[in-house]
Amino acid sequence: MKRLFPILSIVTAVLLAYALYQALVVAPADALQGDVYRIIYYHVPSAWTAFLLFFINFVASVQYLASANPSRKAAAKWIVIAVGVVGIIVCFLPQVQRQLTSAGMRPSAMATTVICIPAFYFLIGKWFPGQMLDVLAVTTAEVGVVFCTIVLVTGPIWARPVWGIWWAPGDIRLTSTLVLWLIYVSYLVLRRFSNSAQTQMLAAALAVFGALDVPLVYFSIWFFRTQHPQPVIGGGGSMDPRMLHVLLINWVAFLCFAFLVCWSRFRLELLHREVEDAHAMASLAGPGGAPAKPSLPLHRSAP
Amino acid sequence: MNAIKFLFAAYIAVWVIHVFYLGTLVRRFSRLRQQMKELGKK
Repeated sequence: MKRLFPILSIVTAVLLAYALYQALVVAPADALQGDVYRIIYYHVPSAWTAFLLFFINFVASVQYLASANPSRKAAAKWIVIAVGVVGIIVCFLPQVQRQLTSAGMRPSAMATTVICIPAFYFLIGKWFPGQMLDVLAVTTAEVGVVFCTIVLVTGPIWARPVWGIWWAPGDIRLTSTLVLWLIYVSYLVLRRFSNSAQTQMLAAALAVFGALDVPLVYFSIWFFRTQHPQPVIGGGGSMDPRMLHVLLINWVAFLCFAFLVCWSRFRLELLHREVEDAHAMASLAGPGGAPAKPSLPLHRSAP
Repeated sequence: MNAIKFLFAAYIAVWVIHVFYLGTLVRRFSRLRQQMKELGKK
């Protein structure tokens, strides 16, 4: 494991450099926007990465809330299975098939994505038992906020030369993204400054509601008139295959980078909890006394 | 030419944010390691 991190770091650095070269040199210039459109290669992969991290945060938070009670855990398991089954059936309904096809998406691809949701839910529960779910939730929320910040910074920088304005007030895509960022910043603030024993549960509940904003952000440009362009994949948008190829390379590079950052943040959270437990045990032991083992998890907030 | 400035500004902003965040992680790691050392000495 100790060797894996430096190896992955080198691979990610090479991949990021290659992606940057592809974005700035290899990708063709846009006929309308010229070179400034190349911001897309950092803006869109950052948004997709943030959505993925918030989705992992959502799954971990649901699992964490469900794990408090065995009957709630069983109910959550069956709800997730039901969501998967119903989702697959819906994907193959003739009306939905037509709509998906017109949006440039294959029903089989959509059904595969739907199957991934319960699979992902059970894998997270298996790999991150108990308190690890909470560690995963805070990790993905924090790194997700970093990527969402990048989206909110690069968006206006791109909008200024193309739209002539930094921000379109009232635009649903822009506003919902800002709200999403604010929700997850609130989540981190709650975890940082609350010392209540219920903080982890409250934060998990907030994360579940916060995640509801992600589909609103993503589908807002499908269903509402906005200043923001149509989606790159599906939803009526289109892109030169060479540009799409470079975009996907950049996304893979950003995913690798996000994975490494999450790994570091996960280790940091574990170390933080270890330090808090050690502090608590030292204070329980008192001067010269034998350390007592705490019966409850003592850690409450992120560093 | 003016638009190129926006392109580079965006790319630089992305890496400034990432480097800043990585810097905070390193700082927090070193602070916690220091605390662990101090606890170990007690």
